Amino acid sequence: MYQTDMYEGMIAETVSINGHNGDNIYAYYARPITSEPLPGVVLIHHMPGWDEWYREFTRKFAHHGYAAISPNLYQRSGHGTPEDMAMKIRSEGGVPDDQVMGDVEASMKYLNSLPNSTGKFGVIGTCSGGRQTYLAACRIDGFNAAVDCWGGRVVQAKEELTPQQPIAPIDYTKDLKCPLLGLFGEEDQSPPPDQVAIHEEELKKHNKNYEFHMYQNAGHGFMYYDRPMYRQEAAVDAWAKITEFFDKHLKG
Amino acid sequence: MCTMVVESTKITGSGKGTNSWFPIQEVNVSYDHPFHAPMEYTVNLDFTNESMGPSARVVVELSARSAEELIGTIREALRRGEKAIAQGK
Repeated sequence: MYQTDMYEGMIAETVSINGHNGDNIYAYYARPITSEPLPGVVLIHHMPGWDEWYREFTRKFAHHGYAAISPNLYQRSGHGTPEDMAMKIRSEGGVPDDQVMGDVEASMKYLNSLPNSTGKFGVIGTCSGGRQTYLAACRIDGFNAAVDCWGGRVVQAKEELTPQQPIAPIDYTKDLKCPLLGLFGEEDQSPPPDQVAIHEEELKKHNKNYEFHMYQNAGHGFMYYDRPMYRQEAAVDAWAKITEFFDKHLKG
Repeated sequence: MCTMVVESTKITGSGKGTNSWFPIQEVNVSYDHPFHAPMEYTVNLDFTNESMGPSARVVVELSARSAEELIGTIREALRRGEKAIAQGK
C-alpha cells in the first residue's frame, strides 16, 4: 500500500523483443525504479490496438510494483496510428492465435531474463486480449496467474473458427495451468452471460482454480474510462480484484 | 475484434482522407466495436487503398439502424439517378 512518504519512480519505454518465430517486434515496458526483485505482468492489448489506453494500463502495473510489458501484436502488418493498424488487422481477420501466443511467451521470457525478476508472472488482457489471455494461461508454461477481462469468443461454434483462430479457447480448458480471474458485465453481448456460464461449467468440470465475477449494470469494456460503456463502480471494484489477485499469486 | 464479423469487397472510387483525395480500392464492412461512436457495436465502413499504406482510409461508424437507412437511401439514389440518366439520353 502506497504511503505518502515513499519514494516513487518509474521507467517506461519502447523496447524490442524477439517475438513469435524470432520476429523482432516492439513492446512497451514499464517498471518501478528499484533494484528489489519484481514479479512481472504481460498485458495483451485489445482490438483497438497497441494504443494509449494500454500504455497507461502498463504503467499502472508498474506503479503497483510490477515489471509490466505489452507487446505490439499488430506490428507484422506495419506501422501507423494504433487506430489505422487496428482497422487494417480487422480487415485481415485478426492476428493468428499461434502468433499471439509466441509474442506473449517471448514477452514473459524477456521479463524473466532481467536480473531482478522474481520468476513469477501474470498475464492480463481485455476484449480480444481477454480471450488471448485465456489461451495463454492454457497453452504457455510459466504463468502463475491470469486475468481475463470480458474476453469474447472463448466459446466458439465450429462455424466461427477461422484459419487464424482454428480452435476455440474453451477446448483448451483441461490444460489451464494457473489460477484464473474472470471479470464480466451482465449486459455484454460478447461474451454474453450464457457463454460465460458455459465457460464456468467447463472450468468446474476440470476442477480448475478460478473465480468469475459478473457485474450488474455493466457491459463490454466497463473499465474503459474514455468510452460510454464505462461503469465507475464496477471499474473500481474490478481493479481492486485484479490487484488483490495478482498480489496474492505473484507477490505472496 | 470481439465479433470478428467483417465482409470485404473490391470497389472503384475516391475518398477524402485527412489530407487529400485518393483512389479507394476496397471497402471492409464490419459489425464490431467502434473507435469513436458512443455505442458498443457499430457497422463500420472502412474504405481503403492498401497500396498507399495503412493511413489511406476513410472510416465511418454507424448504428445498425443508421446502416439500414443508408442502404435504403443508396438504393433510392441509385434508382432515381439511373432513371434520370436514362431519360436524358
